[in-house]
Amino acid sequence: MKRFSLLSAVLLLACLSVCGCAGGTDGLKDSAAQGSDTLIVLNYGKYLDETVIRMFEEETGIDVKLEEYESPEEMYTKFKAGSIAYDVVCTSEYMVERLISEGEANEIDFSRFTYYKNLDPDIIDATKTFDPETKYALPYFYGTLGILYNTTMVSPEKVTTWNVLWDETYRDSIIMQNSVRDTFVPALRLSGSDINTENPDELTAAADLLIRQKPIVYAYYVDETADEMAAGNAAMALVYSGEAAYAKELNEDLDYSVPKEGSNLWIDSWFIPKSCKNQENAEKFLDFLCRADTAMLNFEYVWYGTPNLKVKEALDEDTLADATIFPTPEILADCEVFRQSGPDTTALYSYLWKKLKSE
Amino acid sequence: MVKKTVSRCYLTVIFLFLYLPILVLIVLSFNDSKSRVLWGGFTLKWYFSCFRDETIMSALTMTLKITVASAVLSTLIGTLAAIGISAMKKNHRAVMLGATNIPLLNADIVTGISLMLLFVRFTNLGFVTVLIAHITFNIPYVILNVLPKINQANRYTYEAALDLGASPLYAFYKITWPEIKSGVFSGFLMAVTMSLDDFSITFFTKGAGVNTLSTMLYTELRKGIRPELYALSTLLFLLAFSLLLVMNYQSDRELRHHPTVIRRSK
Amino acid sequence: MRRLMRQLLAGPYIVWIIGFILLPVAVILYYAFTSDTGGFTLENIAAIADPVHVKSIVLSLKLGFSCTLVCLLLAYPLAMILSSFKFRHQSFVVFLFILPMWMNFMLRILSWRLLLSNNGLINTFLERAGIGHVKMLNTPASVVFGMVYDFLPFMILPIYNSMARIKDDIIEAAKDLGASHLTILVKIIVPLTLSGIISGIIMVFVPTLTSFVISDLLGGGKVLLIGNVIEQEFMQGTNWNLGSGLSVVLMIFVIASMALMNIFDKDGGAAVW
Repeated sequence: MKRFSLLSAVLLLACLSVCGCAGGTDGLKDSAAQGSDTLIVLNYGKYLDETVIRMFEEETGIDVKLEEYESPEEMYTKFKAGSIAYDVVCTSEYMVERLISEGEANEIDFSRFTYYKNLDPDIIDATKTFDPETKYALPYFYGTLGILYNTTMVSPEKVTTWNVLWDETYRDSIIMQNSVRDTFVPALRLSGSDINTENPDELTAAADLLIRQKPIVYAYYVDETADEMAAGNAAMALVYSGEAAYAKELNEDLDYSVPKEGSNLWIDSWFIPKSCKNQENAEKFLDFLCRADTAMLNFEYVWYGTPNLKVKEALDEDTLADATIFPTPEILADCEVFRQSGPDTTALYSYLWKKLKSE
Repeated sequence: MVKKTVSRCYLTVIFLFLYLPILVLIVLSFNDSKSRVLWGGFTLKWYFSCFRDETIMSALTMTLKITVASAVLSTLIGTLAAIGISAMKKNHRAVMLGATNIPLLNADIVTGISLMLLFVRFTNLGFVTVLIAHITFNIPYVILNVLPKINQANRYTYEAALDLGASPLYAFYKITWPEIKSGVFSGFLMAVTMSLDDFSITFFTKGAGVNTLSTMLYTELRKGIRPELYALSTLLFLLAFSLLLVMNYQSDRELRHHPTVIRRSK
Repeated sequence: MRRLMRQLLAGPYIVWIIGFILLPVAVILYYAFTSDTGGFTLENIAAIADPVHVKSIVLSLKLGFSCTLVCLLLAYPLAMILSSFKFRHQSFVVFLFILPMWMNFMLRILSWRLLLSNNGLINTFLERAGIGHVKMLNTPASVVFGMVYDFLPFMILPIYNSMARIKDDIIEAAKDLGASHLTILVKIIVPLTLSGIISGIIMVFVPTLTSFVISDLLGGGKVLLIGNVIEQEFMQGTNWNLGSGLSVVLMIFVIASMALMNIFDKDGGAAVW
């Protein structure tokens, strides 16, 4: 009997101490989290240099809690469930548009910002497609959708058109995106449709094109594309310019091209959701991100196109000339920003996607 | 003799099949190149840097906290429940077992989302909600490991002990506990394993700042998984391996007959 | 009285069942039977009849059957070999099979991708050996392969457990009476391990029906299982009502397949476990 109670007491103690010890420091943080001097930041995975967060914490005394996610849709699922009261969120422009239209975003008073003027007016202009009065969104990084190709397998002239993705010679070595809107872009552009079309016939026609393409597709990937391309497992991949830049770093044979039919321009942006508990702190954080030194840190960490002019001024010519990072005006002229589609179109997209996948 | 060779070969092939991917990861943890495909020479640097990395370390402590706490609590609740269920009438028992099966039968994502939808009505997501979710999917493993042991045990010995004046606790410790001990132990082990391996349910029930190794790994997929994580996984694996060897050696005499029941859905 | 006291021990668990098992199921049922405007509807359940969904559920059943069959064929001889070893104690065997799970699931599957990919280790090896390049990844076969890898232990363990319980005396007696190896296998070993086989089949078949991660990672997104459809409805289409409806249908499938297996199990009742 004694031994048993002793045993259970030891077990209980062990359990408590594990929870207790480990919880000790975090416990303090948790209680602080309830106060006003914390900022809960929701961002893509690996999209912010941790040094920047630490600098912000030191300079302002505001405690930052960073939550990361992978796809805008999964962010939306968590966000809409109201599971966490986020203070500031970074996501893709079409998701920002959707949340603005649902009344989930707070207006930001950019006149209070010290460093807002560092941002490229052209890019701010481009955000008008989803934020007409530019009062909800702060552009963070931007880029294009295009073809990442292996120069040892595909010649550069060929990837000037989306048609190359339907070329039988590359059977089993084409990677498409495992997300609906992106994979539809080449098909829509090839059949001459707008990438934001809501016409069911045009969408169905594009889906038919994609169904025809499926037998020669190696895989529909989201996150693994860059690594697969660097490993030489495929000849071409439909990717975002950011991933292309990362893949090019890993493998020198890789290059990136935006086909002449035109493509998508994406602008990942910050917004402040209705759930924000301290608007002032959130704005302070966003302003901080626009500062030349922090923007530089983030640029060097992420290596995507930055709208920050101060950063661009400090870069060498080679980097600025790299069209993978900073698309040229000619490329941008043919690119369009995604618009949030209406409920019927969303449902149709979802259905066509299932149809494509089940073929 | 031939038969023996054939069976040894067969055994080797199966174990190779199960452990080959792990071997690859262990090799990668010593690779002096960030690439997953190119060999850049032998290094131990990932092992050192993984302990200096704050994010990895905090995810590790969080994982350990959740795993240990959920395994201990679910073992406690599950063992008590198994004892209770064994004393129930047939119909009640069927109802209880049916409910126990539900978390095992549902797709992880459905369990995760349904729990999330429930939690957000009452509270903010955080450490506690993840813990509750983990306990929820761990309890069935405990019950299903303990229950057969209780059913095998001779109930009359326990009754006799009570008749002879033993207190229920004393009778439990002297009579029942030795019989179900191995089941409780393997239930606990299964709970630890399932907690460690879970991604979907944790993902939906976690709050800001709560990151386990699985959820952290997931956000790293796009920019390439850091080799530090291979190193950490290797350490965890080797730790478990040596722990199990030690336990195996020590409990050799105690655990002779030991059927274990496990299952899971992914 | 004593019995009642014992039953009371299940009290905390009963509270748990109601709060965290039944209530979430009720939430799913609520979503399944309502439309996005909140009215009652059977549409989400009926959606299973849509050709796309039928296709994916048929594919799920097909892959599930193949995976279960392969697991059974691999596991049965293995269990026989293992039980012939007479380990000093069996939990060691159990450990050997659940140990891989201590390495994160996603990492292990990624590792298989490295091995199976076009330029992967296995293909390099095959090319050196003169066999030539084989496309392995991103096919239904590679999904089955991944499922077998992940679920094989759940077939081995119950069969091994039931086999280890067979007393040597019975087999000795049969031998003494002149039974051949085959007779012993068919007349003694298989019937005595039947409950293990059935638990194994359920333990493998049910999770393959609901799985979606393996088909995404090893099928290259080209294989659409019903689990993937549900995932898509929850995560991308953000149609939770449809996702819930399909989940309910899937649950019915799972329960039906368990009930079916229980009919074959002569021991009846809780023998699944």
